Amino acid sequence: MSAPQPVSDDRGTPGAVAGGGSASGAVADGGSAFEQVADDVSPSGPVAVDGYEERLLAFTGREIVPPRPGPDPVNAPMIRHWAEAMGDGNPVYQDEEAARASGRPGIVAPASMTQAWTMRGYAATVAGRSGGPGSEELAALLGEGGYTSVVATDSEFEFHRELVPGDHVSVREVVESISPEKVTALGPGRFVTTVRTYTDQNGETVAVQRWRTLRFRPQRRPTPPSPADTPETPPEALRPRPAVNRDNAFWFEAAREHRLVIQRCAACQALRHPPGPCCPECGSFDWDTVEASGRGHVHSFVVSHHPRHPAFEYPLVVAVVELAEGTRLITNLAGVTPDEVEIDLPVTLDWLDADPGLSLPVFRPVAQEDHH
Amino acid sequence: MSSRPHPLSGVAAVAGIGATEFSKNSGRSELRLACEAVLAAVADAGLKPSDVDGMVTFTADSSSEIHIARNTGIGELTFFSRVGHGGGAACGTLQQAAMAVATGVAEVVVCYRAFNERSGERYGLGQADRPMDTSADRAAYSWMTPFGLATPAQWVAVFARRYMHEYGATSEDFGRVAVVDRRHAATNPAAWFYQRPITLEEHQASRWIAEPLRLLDCCQETDGGQALVVVSAERARDLPHPPAVIRAAAQGSGADQHMMTSYYRPTISGIPEMGLVGRQLYGQSGLGPGDMDAAILYDHFTPLVLPQLEELGFCGRGEARDFVADGHLELGGRLPFNTHGGQLGEAYLHGMNGVAEAVRLVRGTSVNQPEGVSHVMVTAGTGVPTSGLVLGADG
Repeated sequence: MSAPQPVSDDRGTPGAVAGGGSASGAVADGGSAFEQVADDVSPSGPVAVDGYEERLLAFTGREIVPPRPGPDPVNAPMIRHWAEAMGDGNPVYQDEEAARASGRPGIVAPASMTQAWTMRGYAATVAGRSGGPGSEELAALLGEGGYTSVVATDSEFEFHRELVPGDHVSVREVVESISPEKVTALGPGRFVTTVRTYTDQNGETVAVQRWRTLRFRPQRRPTPPSPADTPETPPEALRPRPAVNRDNAFWFEAAREHRLVIQRCAACQALRHPPGPCCPECGSFDWDTVEASGRGHVHSFVVSHHPRHPAFEYPLVVAVVELAEGTRLITNLAGVTPDEVEIDLPVTLDWLDADPGLSLPVFRPVAQEDHH
Repeated sequence: MSSRPHPLSGVAAVAGIGATEFSKNSGRSELRLACEAVLAAVADAGLKPSDVDGMVTFTADSSSEIHIARNTGIGELTFFSRVGHGGGAACGTLQQAAMAVATGVAEVVVCYRAFNERSGERYGLGQADRPMDTSADRAAYSWMTPFGLATPAQWVAVFARRYMHEYGATSEDFGRVAVVDRRHAATNPAAWFYQRPITLEEHQASRWIAEPLRLLDCCQETDGGQALVVVSAERARDLPHPPAVIRAAAQGSGADQHMMTSYYRPTISGIPEMGLVGRQLYGQSGLGPGDMDAAILYDHFTPLVLPQLEELGFCGRGEARDFVADGHLELGGRLPFNTHGGQLGEAYLHGMNGVAEAVRLVRGTSVNQPEGVSHVMVTAGTGVPTSGLVLGADG
């Protein structure tokens, strides 16, 4: 059986940071063009010079890793190790009879091992040998722009067939796109998207991976601030994702455009937050939004110390801000130390682009903003 | 006082209680803990597992009634139910049981809760890294976790800060609650903090967790199980222990209720869902705050003990800090409180160990037994949709 598997959107890698934080297998895998991370470059980095953009964009469509066979053919011992490490007890990976009972000719490799067959291993990675001359050249060019750190943001796999023992997988990597410089919470950076094509010993495609990383100039995060102590490293993880659904997506989409909106009942005009599908005042399911003035005051707050989540700096101020419009929201305070925060503190809206996928409203004291 | 008795009042009673040891690492499965607690409670009631025909637990529990019934020799079940909202469920499970017994749906109902909350999934670590789906319950966290507001201590701290602002309460006022809890735990051999009382100075010296909450404002985390057996008051009279009659049992969810983060109400210095529970408890039982001889109040975090005292009518708004400072929660005070040591001192069993202590108080067998206890109030989780009980001596 070689029935195609459904597309898997593998979001297991975001949050793996190298350079500014902890290295991770997701970044330091042998096939990545970005495995060489220079932590020793000045955090501010050089400023891009004339022609830089053109030289960078010239990489679009270019092969940076030529077809390269993995070190070992697909084999049962490595499958067993993987299944053990992942705690995946699916018998079709290890039990011939069970695999046959499922309609397969014999055991198959887990689809998520596809990339593993092409990794060159720990020694090659720490030795800093890159995947190919093109890959080295791109890493150097990004380094020239000061983009010395990397965080993996997306890995999308399309699987064409299941791998079986004896298959020998090769990988080829081509640059699909390099974004203009974006402002992110980690620092200014560019999203580099590559397409890795995995082929078997006959040259047939077995899987395609779209791999996106953010290459960035590490810098201190502007918000939320911590008092006297400044962070030595950027955060090691992304902020927790909101659970976006049909009832709240509009709010997070507006936030991405730096608009703080408040849900309004279309029938009775009552404002409500957090939003919901139905108006508690009149029962109407019709609603629209108004854009908040951005003025408000602190209704209450917490200065958090423990436990610590790697996406945040501590002590962390989380506040409940009451907007001029009357609704309240949970938010962070920026531009203020924890001991300066007090109930009724007047605040005004600011925006935090926490990472490429998440923009959040934060608030800073009104007085401070007026001085700027 | 009502002349016509409430249909739920006095009909059912707690006849048996049973628990495992309270530890930080049980070394056993949550199912096994549940089975041990259930069997202990059934034995304490002088009944056999096969007598049980109803079971109630929390939606948060990992061991469904069928697993326990199958393992312990409980046969057919005619009633099984679960109550949501974390620790808010505790007294609600007894309410379910009492209603089942009062209506004849079941005759012997076991309420249980068991978990490895310390060695397994620790609630105190927060929700930040829990998987996100698109359900309404999960989406509710979207307004908090991206901002780093993810743990129960943080959620409570927002209420506590506002309460301090409005009523002038201080960290020491919260600390006095912890000191009472730990004093009572110190003489309770079943308590984790047995023989380990604290002083107010130690409370004040403990580190910040989520200002204004210090370490010693936060309850411990526990592995263990607790079960209780509910039968009709009439049947309970034939069983070995004096019945702990359920005089009242109520649930409450307030207007504009959220899970731990009802920050959007006009005022957030009260716990209206607990007020709602209290009004029902007094209405059902025909009793008032002055009739309560002891109280087991939910104490996952000390600050919310204060507004509980106010919502339940033991003192006026904003007066709880004086009520506590005046010593009314002590064994010799007007309202002896958490005589087992509470969740800060004995164990964090999601409030179920507190219900068991109320049963002991009615039986007269608490290790810190005050004189002449006829009625005990018990509450469940604060900040969440919650529940409460009034247990009383028979007759």
